[in-house]
Amino acid sequence: MKRRALFGGVVAVAMVGLTSGVVAQQPPIKIGMSMAQTGGLAGGGKASLLGIEIWRDDVNARGGLLGRKVELVVYDDKSSASETPAIYSKLLDVDKVDFLFAPYATVPTAPLMPLVKQRGLLLMGNFSFQVNSKVGHDMWFNNAPWGPADSWASAFLDLGQKAGGKTMALLTADQEFAQNLALTAREVAKKRGISIVFDQAYPPNTVEFSGIIRALKAAKPDIVYVASYPPDSAGILRAVNEIGIGDDVKIFGGGMVGLQFASVMQNMGSLLNGVVNYNTWLPEPSMYYDGTKAFFETYTKRAVEAKVDPLGYYLAPFGYASGQLLEQAVKATGSLDQKAIAKYLHGNEIKTIVGPIAFSADGERKETATLMAQFRGVVDKNVEQFRSQGKQVILFPDQFKSGDLISPYEAAQK
Amino acid sequence: MDLLLNAVVLGVLLGCFYAAVSLGLSVSFGLLDVPHVAHPAFLILASYGVFFLNDSYDIDPLLGGLLITPLLFLLGLAAYRLYYETFEKRGSDAGVRGIAFLFGIAFIIEVLIILQFGVDQRSVSASYIGKAWRIGEMRIPVRLLVAFAVASALTILLALYLSRTFMGRAIRAVAQDQEALRLMGANPVRIKQWAFGIATAVLGIAGALLIIVAPVDPTLDRAYIGRTFCVVVMAGLGSMTGTLIAAIILGVAESIVLSTVGASWAPAISFAMLLGVLAIRPQGLLGRRS
Amino acid sequence: MSRNSVVFWIGAALFLAAVVLMTQVIGNQYPFFAGYVILQFIVLAVAWSILGGYAGYVNFGTSAFFGVGVYTAVFLVKAIGAPLAVQIAAAATVGALLGFAVGLLTLRMQGIFFSIATIAVTIVIETSVTNWRFVGGAAGIQIQRPPVMPPFDNYVQMLFFVQALLVVLAVATARYIQISWIGRGLQALKDDELAAECTGVPTLRLKVLACVISGALMCAAGAPAAMYLQYADPSSAFNLNYSVTVLAMSLIGGTAHWMGPVVGAILLGVTQQLLAVTISSEVNVLVLGIMLVLFVVAAPEGLLGLIGRLVRYRAGGKA
Repeated sequence: MKRRALFGGVVAVAMVGLTSGVVAQQPPIKIGMSMAQTGGLAGGGKASLLGIEIWRDDVNARGGLLGRKVELVVYDDKSSASETPAIYSKLLDVDKVDFLFAPYATVPTAPLMPLVKQRGLLLMGNFSFQVNSKVGHDMWFNNAPWGPADSWASAFLDLGQKAGGKTMALLTADQEFAQNLALTAREVAKKRGISIVFDQAYPPNTVEFSGIIRALKAAKPDIVYVASYPPDSAGILRAVNEIGIGDDVKIFGGGMVGLQFASVMQNMGSLLNGVVNYNTWLPEPSMYYDGTKAFFETYTKRAVEAKVDPLGYYLAPFGYASGQLLEQAVKATGSLDQKAIAKYLHGNEIKTIVGPIAFSADGERKETATLMAQFRGVVDKNVEQFRSQGKQVILFPDQFKSGDLISPYEAAQK
Repeated sequence: MDLLLNAVVLGVLLGCFYAAVSLGLSVSFGLLDVPHVAHPAFLILASYGVFFLNDSYDIDPLLGGLLITPLLFLLGLAAYRLYYETFEKRGSDAGVRGIAFLFGIAFIIEVLIILQFGVDQRSVSASYIGKAWRIGEMRIPVRLLVAFAVASALTILLALYLSRTFMGRAIRAVAQDQEALRLMGANPVRIKQWAFGIATAVLGIAGALLIIVAPVDPTLDRAYIGRTFCVVVMAGLGSMTGTLIAAIILGVAESIVLSTVGASWAPAISFAMLLGVLAIRPQGLLGRRS
Repeated sequence: MSRNSVVFWIGAALFLAAVVLMTQVIGNQYPFFAGYVILQFIVLAVAWSILGGYAGYVNFGTSAFFGVGVYTAVFLVKAIGAPLAVQIAAAATVGALLGFAVGLLTLRMQGIFFSIATIAVTIVIETSVTNWRFVGGAAGIQIQRPPVMPPFDNYVQMLFFVQALLVVLAVATARYIQISWIGRGLQALKDDELAAECTGVPTLRLKVLACVISGALMCAAGAPAAMYLQYADPSSAFNLNYSVTVLAMSLIGGTAHWMGPVVGAILLGVTQQLLAVTISSEVNVLVLGIMLVLFVVAAPEGLLGLIGRLVRYRAGGKA
């Protein structure tokens, strides 16, 4: 409890701008952001922030950026869109930060897009989904590996079709991210001639999924595409394991948020087996780059102290990568000029701990690096098992592939 | 047809679960007129207590719920004493300020849980979670059957307690006519405090059921304010069997809408039902007249 | 016009002049972003206490009215690209209608039943908006601001001024109600509804009227939020936080006088804005909780009541 209060204190001190003891010759370079510390997104936000903090400490240990120390200015946005405009105005107009990082997730980021576009500012995105598609800001760079909008659904449906799937069921949370995923899934299915036999959105805070799963099962789909949020992902998987989903189903999963977090994975245990779900980073040999191993060694130690996700695969390394993107662009251009940095990021491939990153014109990845992985051989109540390879076998994309799909789903559940 | 039958069965089970989490409120709000918006927060607190016992000592969640019941009873006594001293003692108009006070308490509980357990969702493990019971083509999750059995038992016990024991009758008497009770030489405040203790104590089992049925997180209480009040008000204040019936109606309606009409309309349906009931019968389906 | 009223209107004019001056002098944008939120809460709190304070009907559905205001604006922008003034006027109209409907529906409900009905109304409306694809549904919607109108050179400054206008409108309305027959009627209704009705106070009509006025003001306060955020999604627009915060503000300030919610909204609003950029963690929620508990326990009549008591105590001591 004390530690948490202390953490709050540290943030407070950082915000007032009191730099600790050592007086650098030049003022520090300030990077401002809001991050969910409370509310529904807090679990992810805290892990992401730790990743960024580890980068800050690393870069400062290397002598900073252009000889100046890097300092983070972080406020809590309470996971809400209504908090971020005031916070970013404070960051820009009062704290006079040099760079902006976006908050974790789409909803808190959405109100910022017009602001940064209007003021011509660089914004390093943090796991938003298609937040720039209508705004068209040319200085937005998303650290997430999503890539083109439809690549997510394509990857999953590809796997399903290859396994002989012809019909699809779509089960989605009635919330922002899941609905956007569902939209692209419907389009891709149409293009590929997959017929949609079940399409339901369930409301937030649904307690019991047995009824919905039963209705889904009755539609006899081959492919079950689920886009759900953390509390529901667990409920859906439980119901699927209890009610059964039928032996027609070739592949199950796709867009279930929550199955990337250690606490959820630990809770679900063997229920996860067979599910094919998206992910961003996994401890498979193909995923290691320069610095990845060292990063996770530091993260694992500090996560205990910060009481955040002990694994931290999903968000934290990408937070670190955001820092690396900025770091290399600043070094290459030798300036803090945001236009020059944006130009550099558009024109060059940058090496990070999550692999080389190249951006397309809309600030998303040129090619998707979103993983589709299948859970295998997971046992109950053990978080450490997820650190070993082979628990989540990567099926897509090809450059990271570490195994083939086991189908149908009921066979893979064993 | 098969699907509809299935939805009804699941709805009944789900309704019993709703009844279990609403029973305490039915006593505290229904009989004692305390607008207990912190009731769901107490419920989540109980769930975390059960989680702690399960996670650290591998104690079965239902047993864990029983173990924390005496603690919750004491907490209830203390909470009512505080509420009484600050509001009821000073006279009428406790309504608005009472609600604000209890909201404050709910927020404080929420933050304390976050500080202690973090923001991640938590769930428990037990042998009956994750299994299903087959009847022909139908498969019913065992955890819902457990919730059903425990919730019905809890309702019956509480209803018997209120109608058959001396203290129970005193509680019902205090709800109807405080003055008369005082004239008879009983101390209404004592009785109300005791009743509030009972209302909080049943949350031990209710909290266990909550975390057995689905995972919990510290802010889940906000989702249950609407649901629990909906059940208690629809039932008619203070009726235990009414609470069970109203909860089952709610559960069945929600379940049918979820699996047939369109899942995303489910919350609107149940609350529209509540509005309808309130508009036509302000005293609830089985309520006492005020 | 009584002397009191003259003072009030001079004060209101000075307030608006100061706001305009601020927009012309201050270059830093942050005060406008933060100030807008505080002004918005003043309107909501004042509007809330017309029903909650004067009449004693506790509305838990502030977020329903606020959200309807937001989505009225979103709908009009999307459908016909309506200007801000039209958005606000339309939101006020819709809010009045919604207030009327809620008033009729809950005509016979008293005390906590009314509060619970307003929660139910909120959930029904939120679910409907979530299922309404035209305004983005659950996925939310991004909105483009039109160019700003002079004399303002920044849209947020203009919104700040507009919200200040709404504050004056809300406070003037609340003040008028308080000193007119409506306020006295509502007061009677609050003290004893049955007795009031017996003595010829048209309680039902007064209650519906209070619902209409309160609803119209709340929706009007919500309308500019669409342009402020340039984004709307149902879970943010219908957030329970609006209901609880507004309730807290009115109680902390005191509900007997129109000044109460204004003082409460400024105090709590400023505290929240400060906390958001200082402590910035779950401690925020803790502070709201503790403030609520402390105030309702220690200052049952709100800050105004507390000050009043202190003043009387002083005067009594001297005499």
